[in-house]
Amino acid sequence: MKIKAIVIDEEGLKRTVVRLAHEILERNKGSNNIVIIGMRTRGEFLANRIHQKIENIDNSKIPLGVLDATLYRDDFRKRMKQPEVSVTNITFDITEKDVILIDDVLYTGRSVRAALDALMDLGRPNTIQLCVLVDRGHRELPIKADFVGKNIPTSINEEVKVQMKECDEEDSVYLIETPDEFKTT
Amino acid sequence: MNIIIKGTTILNPEQNINEKTDLIISDGVISKFGNLAESDYKNAKVYEFNNSYCVPGLFDMHVHLREPGREDEETIITGSDSAAAGGFTGVACMPNTNPAIDTAEVVKFIKEKSQQHLVEVFPIAAATQERKGEGLSPMIELFEAGAIGFSDDGNAIKSASLLRNAFEYVKMFDSVIIEHCEDESFADGAMNEGIISTSLGLPPIPSIAEDIIVMRDIITAEYSNGKIHIAHISSKNAIELVRQAKKKGINITAEATPHHFTLTEESLKSYDTNYKMNPPLRTKEDVDAVIEGLKDGTIDCIASDHAPHSIEEKEYEFIYAPNGIIGLETTLGLTLTELYHKKHLNIVQIIEKLSINPRKILKIPTPQIKEGEKANLTIFDPNSIWTVDISKFKSKCKNSPFNNKLLTGKMLAVINKNKMLFEDKFIHI
Amino acid sequence: MPLASRHLLGLYGTNREDIELILDTARTFREVLERPIKKVPTLQGKTVVNLFFEASTRTRISFELAQKRLSADTINFTTSTSSTKKGETFKDTVRNIEAMKVDMIVVRHESAGVPLFLTRISNANIINAGDGTHEHPTQALLDMYSIKEKLGKLEGLRICIVGDIAHSRVALSNIYGLTTMGANVSVCGPSTMIPHSLERLGVKIFTDVDKAIQENDVLNVLRIQLERKAGDRIPSLREYRNYFGVTTERLEKFNKEILILHPGPINRGIEISSEVADGPFQVILDQVTNGVAIRMAVLYLLGTKN
Repeated sequence: MKIKAIVIDEEGLKRTVVRLAHEILERNKGSNNIVIIGMRTRGEFLANRIHQKIENIDNSKIPLGVLDATLYRDDFRKRMKQPEVSVTNITFDITEKDVILIDDVLYTGRSVRAALDALMDLGRPNTIQLCVLVDRGHRELPIKADFVGKNIPTSINEEVKVQMKECDEEDSVYLIETPDEFKTT
Repeated sequence: MNIIIKGTTILNPEQNINEKTDLIISDGVISKFGNLAESDYKNAKVYEFNNSYCVPGLFDMHVHLREPGREDEETIITGSDSAAAGGFTGVACMPNTNPAIDTAEVVKFIKEKSQQHLVEVFPIAAATQERKGEGLSPMIELFEAGAIGFSDDGNAIKSASLLRNAFEYVKMFDSVIIEHCEDESFADGAMNEGIISTSLGLPPIPSIAEDIIVMRDIITAEYSNGKIHIAHISSKNAIELVRQAKKKGINITAEATPHHFTLTEESLKSYDTNYKMNPPLRTKEDVDAVIEGLKDGTIDCIASDHAPHSIEEKEYEFIYAPNGIIGLETTLGLTLTELYHKKHLNIVQIIEKLSINPRKILKIPTPQIKEGEKANLTIFDPNSIWTVDISKFKSKCKNSPFNNKLLTGKMLAVINKNKMLFEDKFIHI
Repeated sequence: MPLASRHLLGLYGTNREDIELILDTARTFREVLERPIKKVPTLQGKTVVNLFFEASTRTRISFELAQKRLSADTINFTTSTSSTKKGETFKDTVRNIEAMKVDMIVVRHESAGVPLFLTRISNANIINAGDGTHEHPTQALLDMYSIKEKLGKLEGLRICIVGDIAHSRVALSNIYGLTTMGANVSVCGPSTMIPHSLERLGVKIFTDVDKAIQENDVLNVLRIQLERKAGDRIPSLREYRNYFGVTTERLEKFNKEILILHPGPINRGIEISSEVADGPFQVILDQVTNGVAIRMAVLYLLGTKN
């Protein structure tokens, strides 16, 4: 891994989570109609942290779920590797709710598109708001995040690597050079 | 026209000949046996066959020529071409044609069709009318027309009482009953019963289906003092039954096919219908028993059970696909590869199994290799290595599991009825 | 990791990782089946043909539903008689269908080996939906899923298949699959319904149902197929019911919880009594639901494999 820059460190991530929690509460005028849904895998962990923060700030109980949008992806034919599917776990009805959809990195917008389709099949929410830790640009679909931890302009041969303690060694966001085997020519 | 056969070892166990010498054949007759003089080369075409044997023309006593009825699969001519290409100068063809060989007309038709061919074709007639197992065929009339044996091949003769009558009846003219031994009540399967059929989920035929009829036939032959020949014997127990019957002096003979001493039921794992046979391919133990039977003389001869089936039919789903494979063009090679080179049989035994014994069973005299006799000869190189290529087969059908198999031992030439097949061409001599 | 093969012909030789992958993936689809909209766009644009040469409403409907829930286009080709009997060869039939540019073929046929033959003449992914008395892998997978769902594992469980083993395609697939997963598999039935040399597959054989109940954690009760000349092998259905039927009385004798599976359709009062079929230990209807999830998983894993 060739690191070009550290974008967010552990402290920075903590502060970003707090800020995003506050922004979500402010925009929705409290927490009484929101539900939080994280996208597998790191979006789920981020969602857990934001969820906990919002519950603490607002002293309320908010439904939390996890979404696996693999089945809605549009890149089965393009990819060399078959994506592993895992279970969606949303035990509450999202109809008429304000859904806060949380993911780690917003890039082409294709996985958010898949997630939106998946959510629509689960019910008819009042709104869906997208919250991401990093927006790195290069959108291929007309999708925009409502809450952004940090905007990081990147080139096409760079990757944003999010690490979270739930599955990695540390909390951090790095800008790295794309390993040669994944480089697009 | 004179032709000279040089460089070969003349072998005929019946005449006690086994010597490397030369032959002159003039107008289809052996005119000189022994070392040649300078003058003999005048007006003669010389064929030199080094490292080869020249033996009485090979004889396959169990083939299906499909004519009349399924001329799309084989005809008497294409089947005879296939026989010659495989080294045979004579075949006996089975009566499960359409119509069956159960009238003198069909016997004569077959004889007539084959008249001009190098290969002599001897019809085996149906033992019962239309092979239905309901009443005896007109056996005397068939015999007089040229039938040399009787069989309901494809099935066993349906009932023991009818079989007994067949034995009694053909005794009058000293003919033989050839039995396809399979108990009908077990006939509903597609392969040998055992762990392989169980794990492949294919409907099984137990080996006792064969044993039961062999037993029945032995008991019936003994009782009626009949002459019985067991076709394509394949099960260990059946071979033991024949061995014991021979010891008791019962008039019994048996044949085995190359596939039953070469292949086991393991081959079925591919679900390739070219391995679907009746009797089915059996276990390694059975294969060993067939070889043992050939060695100790329990099994008298080797026959191909040449059974042409169209590609379309062999591409049916496994349980619907017809049984059988073609064998005329691989029998000699397989026999030499599997039995001679693996030292189960010596060359004399091979010639007995492929030439002398089948004729004996059918009471056809063995061609003699001596001056003044018609030349009826097969010349083969026991050490020549070749690859089976079904696309080059003379048979109309290609249903052989031996495609691409490497064989050691190859036919070089056959001579009979003033004709010679050499290098893929029939030559008048 | 994707599946090792691009076809599902049987569980013979299917390795443990692949079976686990299918079972795990089915869990995802089991969740999809609980949603208000039970459909995902995963196989959009893929065409699947259900090629059924033998009548089978249940398996076909289950496959069809699985395909529709994955948004695949499905075509049903059902014919009760063999194509060879109506003039067109099997190969021609398949080639005709292949020419319509299909991606996957689900096949049911009364001859063992047909799915394997299909892989030689077609480029589509082939899924075996039952070939002769050979294999029926998706049925065995859904049985395994249902057992695992209820008992949490397969390894070390004692599982007995009861009925006409010799004429069952379900039995062989279960034997292969469960053995691979480390279960102890046995069969129980009249000796005439046990195929030759079965013990050589590592299977224990019972001819006494009481013993089978006593010594097992799971019974997978097969349908007695009246249409398959059962008359030659059992004297009467009455005798079968009396000596091999799984009834409450038998289960109560041992006072134990034993999981009951049945692939359906049930002959109530013959191989299984109504009380047992509707009783507390059975998962017969779960099997049906799980069947759709398993078939979705197999279609997904094969259909999206490059």
